[in-house]
Amino acid sequence: MSTVRHDHDVFIELRQVHKQLGWQHILRGIDLKVMRGETLVIIGPSGEGKTVMMKHVIGLMRADSGEVIVDGVHIEKMREREMRPIRAKVSMMFQNAALFDAMTVEENVAFPLVEAGIRDRKEIRERVQEALEVVDLAEHGKKLPVNLSGGMRKRAGIARAIVTRSQCILYDEPTASLDPMVSDVIDQMILRMQKRYHITSLVVTHDMKSMFKIANRIAMLKDGVIRFLGTPEELRASSDPLVHDFIEGRSGVTA
Amino acid sequence: MELLRLPGRLFLDFLHYLGQLAALVSDLGYSARQGILRLKMVAHQIVAIGYGSQTVVVVTGAFTGAVFTFQTYTKFKEFGVESSVGAIVAIALCRELGPVLAGLMVAGRVGAAMAADIGTMKVTEQIDALRVMGVDPVGYLVMPRFLAMMVSMPLLIAESITFGLLASYVVTVYGYQVPPPWFMTHMVEHTNMTDLAVGMIKGFVFGIIITLVSCHQGLMAKDGAVGVGIGTTRAVVIASLALLVSNFFLSILLNYFFPMGAS
Repeated sequence: MSTVRHDHDVFIELRQVHKQLGWQHILRGIDLKVMRGETLVIIGPSGEGKTVMMKHVIGLMRADSGEVIVDGVHIEKMREREMRPIRAKVSMMFQNAALFDAMTVEENVAFPLVEAGIRDRKEIRERVQEALEVVDLAEHGKKLPVNLSGGMRKRAGIARAIVTRSQCILYDEPTASLDPMVSDVIDQMILRMQKRYHITSLVVTHDMKSMFKIANRIAMLKDGVIRFLGTPEELRASSDPLVHDFIEGRSGVTA
Repeated sequence: MELLRLPGRLFLDFLHYLGQLAALVSDLGYSARQGILRLKMVAHQIVAIGYGSQTVVVVTGAFTGAVFTFQTYTKFKEFGVESSVGAIVAIALCRELGPVLAGLMVAGRVGAAMAADIGTMKVTEQIDALRVMGVDPVGYLVMPRFLAMMVSMPLLIAESITFGLLASYVVTVYGYQVPPPWFMTHMVEHTNMTDLAVGMIKGFVFGIIITLVSCHQGLMAKDGAVGVGIGTTRAVVIASLALLVSNFFLSILLNYFFPMGAS
């Protein structure tokens, strides 16, 4: 594990990250800094590598070249076995929730706490209940994931990601397939986590409404590079036609 | 040169595959050194693998014993040595038929389940979720299955052999009216505990092979449900073939340490 001189306000930094999957060159030199305590939203067309980029931050994927620095530690060449301390600081909500099929919702949410070594059953129960209440699933804790709707599974995935109170949470499309009311609940939760616990959030989304509600800064990924990086106001004021078309949902195709 | 290219590539692929299995063994070693023993999961796997496979191995053992007795008896009667049927069936069941046939059945039942379970977890990102939470997937998923197989397989083999012998007894004594003492005396005279030990040692090794091959296929699964299906098929085919090939070498090795008929 190598520690480098690093700006203390930066929690995540990607420097010239390249990644090729098969014949596709997905990431073509990503440079991005996520500041401590900020919510950075990543947008961009589907298949442009937003999830791939996010997976580099937590070491699920390794860059072909470039540097990935999390909380001052280079992780791009770190062995899987050495990743544990980083993963204790960063948690992730997966696009398809990735709940464990064989466990109930409660057991799923309790899992990271148990694995982190917490043995006090009362504490586990309370924290699980609290996390489930945040995502409005307190009544469904005893159900198996297979008996939940897509949106409920997603919320259970969010509960599992927030229950450990990590320093940073990565959300992969947290509001996709949720109704507008529940989407708002999730948005408010992300805002509250930031305000109350100063949590750094990296959010991949296609939900423009949600983006404007939660983002401190927005990065747009296009053609394997960061095409735009700025505040929501700067995004609105951007003169880039592609950025405008994307946030306003204009494809250029006519009926 | 073109003619050499294909075998060369197959050989390199084989070495690559062995390398991946060796890496899995190394991960298991690392996991063992961490000293995290998930007893509840091991017990759950013993129930799923050991308890759940009993019907399969009992039926396999019993009917193998029965049919082998039937075929052997017919020929042995011609030579007037039908009382030796018990002995020959016992040796064959303990040393070869019991472990190999029960092993193949377990490779089909348990190997497929392991590859499918772990493969499904892989393609639905559940394994990535484990990694994100700082949990070593090999320690969490493979180790309990590995330990459960090492405990269950020798016992399953012993059970299969026992039912094979019982079936042989029934066919010989009740089917062909051979007096029970003849059957028993010859069987006990020509076999001993080392024959059973050979079967159980083979079962232990087969358990390791089935677990490694099947879990590896699960961990390598990709491309959704189709990938899981391919991995599951591969797990059963590779485990079964590896089991048959290793059985030949194991027989030679074990015969050296436990010679047939030695008391």
